[in-house]
Amino acid sequence: MNPSNYVILSALLFGIGALGVLVRRNAIVVFMSVELMLNAANLAFVAFARMNGNLDGQVVAFFVMVVAAAEVVVGLAIIVQIFRSRRSASIDEPNLLKY
Amino acid sequence: MNAVATVVHAVDVTPWEMPTLDYRLLAPVLIVLGAGVVSVLFEAFLPRGVRRPVQLTLVFVTLIAALVAVINLNGVRETAGQGALAIDGPGLILQGAVVVIAILGALLMAERGLDPNGDAFAARASSLPGSEDERQFTARGYFQTEIWAFFLFAVGGMMLFPIANDLLMMFVALEVMSLPLYLLAGMARRRRLLSQEAALKYFVLGAFASAFFLYGAALLYGFSGSISFGEIAASLGSKTGETALILIAIGLVVAGVLFKIGAAPFHQWVPDVYQGAPTPVTGFMAAAVKIAAFGALLRLLYVALGGMRWDWTPMLWVISILTMFVGAILALTQSDIKRMIAYSSIAQAGFILLGVVAVSAKGLEGAIFYLIAYAFTTIGVFAIISMVRDENGEATHLSKWAGLGRQSPVIATLFTIFMLALTGIPLTSGFIGKFAVFSAAYASGDKWLVIAAVVASLIAAFFYMRVVVLMFFTEPNEETAIVAIPSIFTTIALAAAATVTVLLGVVPQPLLDLIANAGVFIR
Repeated sequence: MNPSNYVILSALLFGIGALGVLVRRNAIVVFMSVELMLNAANLAFVAFARMNGNLDGQVVAFFVMVVAAAEVVVGLAIIVQIFRSRRSASIDEPNLLKY
Repeated sequence: MNAVATVVHAVDVTPWEMPTLDYRLLAPVLIVLGAGVVSVLFEAFLPRGVRRPVQLTLVFVTLIAALVAVINLNGVRETAGQGALAIDGPGLILQGAVVVIAILGALLMAERGLDPNGDAFAARASSLPGSEDERQFTARGYFQTEIWAFFLFAVGGMMLFPIANDLLMMFVALEVMSLPLYLLAGMARRRRLLSQEAALKYFVLGAFASAFFLYGAALLYGFSGSISFGEIAASLGSKTGETALILIAIGLVVAGVLFKIGAAPFHQWVPDVYQGAPTPVTGFMAAAVKIAAFGALLRLLYVALGGMRWDWTPMLWVISILTMFVGAILALTQSDIKRMIAYSSIAQAGFILLGVVAVSAKGLEGAIFYLIAYAFTTIGVFAIISMVRDENGEATHLSKWAGLGRQSPVIATLFTIFMLALTGIPLTSGFIGKFAVFSAAYASGDKWLVIAAVVASLIAAFFYMRVVVLMFFTEPNEETAIVAIPSIFTTIALAAAATVTVLLGVVPQPLLDLIANAGVFIR
């Protein structure tokens, strides 16, 4: 199968992820959308690695997975803390800081 | 199936070389990140009572050792780690600046004399704000010493960011720098709901921005077949066509880095995070992240994307003008001093972008000088903000600063010096910095950009001077805050920041020569 199809798929996934960050209100769902964007980038890297005929892109994908895991640790800690002090995981509710 | 076999074969024929690492070149970064790991182990195995002195010793010894290691590399101009890192003059100067600013930031974070309950961080970040747990932890005098591990990792990431010479290293450095800062932003002792909210906003927007960076990096890799800056530059020069793809890629990657800088339209997080985060963290972050991220932006644009400069300079023109006007105009309307300084830092980022847009050796030098001058001034500003207090902690509302000059002339005078430096008045470091970037932009033919920057500086001067007028020419009232007497830590940091701010304004030549001799980025 033509690897450029995977690049198109990755662009779609990235778009869906970006849209999710912008329109969803639950912090966990927003966070999942960000992860979707990172994985879309991973798919693009792997597809381009195949098209370019070298392994750089695949190596990058491994590093991105590790970074994404670290990001989950930090992000969930912050979201859980917000949830405990406000009893809500909506990202619209914390609105003390504005203007 | 056939295609797979061909690809595997093509990979197989490349001879495999043993990768080499030159530990001398990597020493500054390795020292700091290694100390970060040791700091985590200390947290795990040391009894509570001795953690703080041990961690503080570790942090300061590490930072001084890293500074010595950076100075030791003086004059080196080569790549390390199989070309993933570029150890060159500008990179080393930016690394050195990050370490020095980190020392001042650590001094502010170590301060314990200002708040009657201890330092600026929550006794237990996991306890609920306003709960019985929190009250007990505070009464027992608990301290969150994990901040030092986060701090060291953040400094390590900041040192890696300006020397990263491929897209992967730049992404990893970006995350190593940012992740600990997200957590540090949410750990304030006072106004904890604000602090947690700041952490959430910083994290969500930061993760969003790094996803953009990463997807842009994927497209650049797809276009050029390599993640190394040198090879990307070479393929941009040789390949034509696919301009739309490459422009999207550049836009995404640059947007990711501009977010960290706080340039408009990616600036929304800046005021919220600067206001909500603990003041010592804000000071450290405002100063050091700017140095690191501008260093990375300069290397990315000058080395990897230098061949596309006619395509990205118009974009940066617009962003630069937008950034300085958004920062300067919105700062006028603020009533909270931390928020006002946050908008001011957005405006300053717009001025530094002038040096980037110039795309010349002079622009690079001007931007580096401006960054160093700005960083010292900012650390000083936040040191003073952490000292001006009332019974609820820091008095950040501007009305509480009325008449401060009558009560504490020394502190008010120091704050005035910093405000003058941010305005860009002669005999302060800010003037030399502004002059350097404005003249570099002018020499590159960006006349209208310089005129816009001068107008924005005038608008900015208004709100800087407003604070000075408020402190000196208003009668103190019962609302006026008092200046807490800091311990030796903040005193040293404040004295160093003020000294450098004045010294760089009066005798800037040694630093200017140092930056000029450092030359340009290695290619």
